[in-house]
Amino acid sequence: MENTILEIFEELFSTPKDIDKELLIYNEYDGWDSVGHMTLVGELENKFDCMLEMDDILDMSSFTKIVEIMEKVTSND
Amino acid sequence: MIDLQGKVIAITGSSRGIGLCVAKTFAENGASLIMNARNNNANFKERCEEIRDLYGVSVIECPGDVGNPETAQNIAKLAFSNFHCLDVMVNNAGILKDALIGMIDKDQVRQTISINLEGVIFCSQAAARVMRRNKKGSIINLTSIIGTNGNTGQMVYGASKAGVIGATISSSKELSADGIRVNAIAPGYIETDMIKDIPDDTHQQRLNSIGMGRIGSPQDIANIALFLASDLSTYITGQTIGVDGGMLI
Repeated sequence: MENTILEIFEELFSTPKDIDKELLIYNEYDGWDSVGHMTLVGELENKFDCMLEMDDILDMSSFTKIVEIMEKVTSND
Repeated sequence: MIDLQGKVIAITGSSRGIGLCVAKTFAENGASLIMNARNNNANFKERCEEIRDLYGVSVIECPGDVGNPETAQNIAKLAFSNFHCLDVMVNNAGILKDALIGMIDKDQVRQTISINLEGVIFCSQAAARVMRRNKKGSIINLTSIIGTNGNTGQMVYGASKAGVIGATISSSKELSADGIRVNAIAPGYIETDMIKDIPDDTHQQRLNSIGMGRIGSPQDIANIALFLASDLSTYITGQTIGVDGGMLI
């Protein structure tokens, strides 16, 4: 799960593989602004073949939070 | 005939009036439908069944108040889980309650804005998320000549419908890069249940204000929705198309 999400970050924001994940914060990390966020959500939905709830999308404020939400979403499928 | 085979179309407020006519017109042209109505009553179920029987298309029922964001989410989820796409979203659901300014009560304001405007925003938001995946889509918002021209006794309705035009223009700018078009239709005086309680003299006055001298039919509106849903309009976005027979207010 974590690796797949990191791959999406690499693809969208050119994030290095060895980055400290604590640095991946919405609106702080380079490229992860509101436009980047919508692209990120689309990629997550494509990759995990799901449709996210609006509340979950708005809660995705960090890499850690994304992992937590995607684990919840995929375990519900 | 315009070929809508393979297209998935959601229509809010589709149990009667313009919404029902739009749904039938799309089904006649081969589209799969997700039909929404506020009440999950016998009439709604019968209309859905009627369309299935008449046109042999898939019709998924999604009842719920569009002023509740969950309804919009449900529409998008049904589109995603059943078809993995949504080609067209028709935001038609609306209510009309006339009142002179001094007689407007707060519940009327909240309910009208909730259904007529918030519903458009929530459904557009949810629809765009599914449409973005395929980099194409058409959102069609039903506004009104009252939203463009205003009218006595219709401050609340006019405000809600003017808001729909603002939502149309702004969302068209944001979504055009994703291949999603957003347009509005502004009907004039149309023969639906909405006008059934209008007094005879007012009805005549309104007819007299229409250049073409006749009331519009739901089909007049459905035909423009069909055009906006189809590939004939692939370079049109951010527009409000008046369908009013030359009505003057």
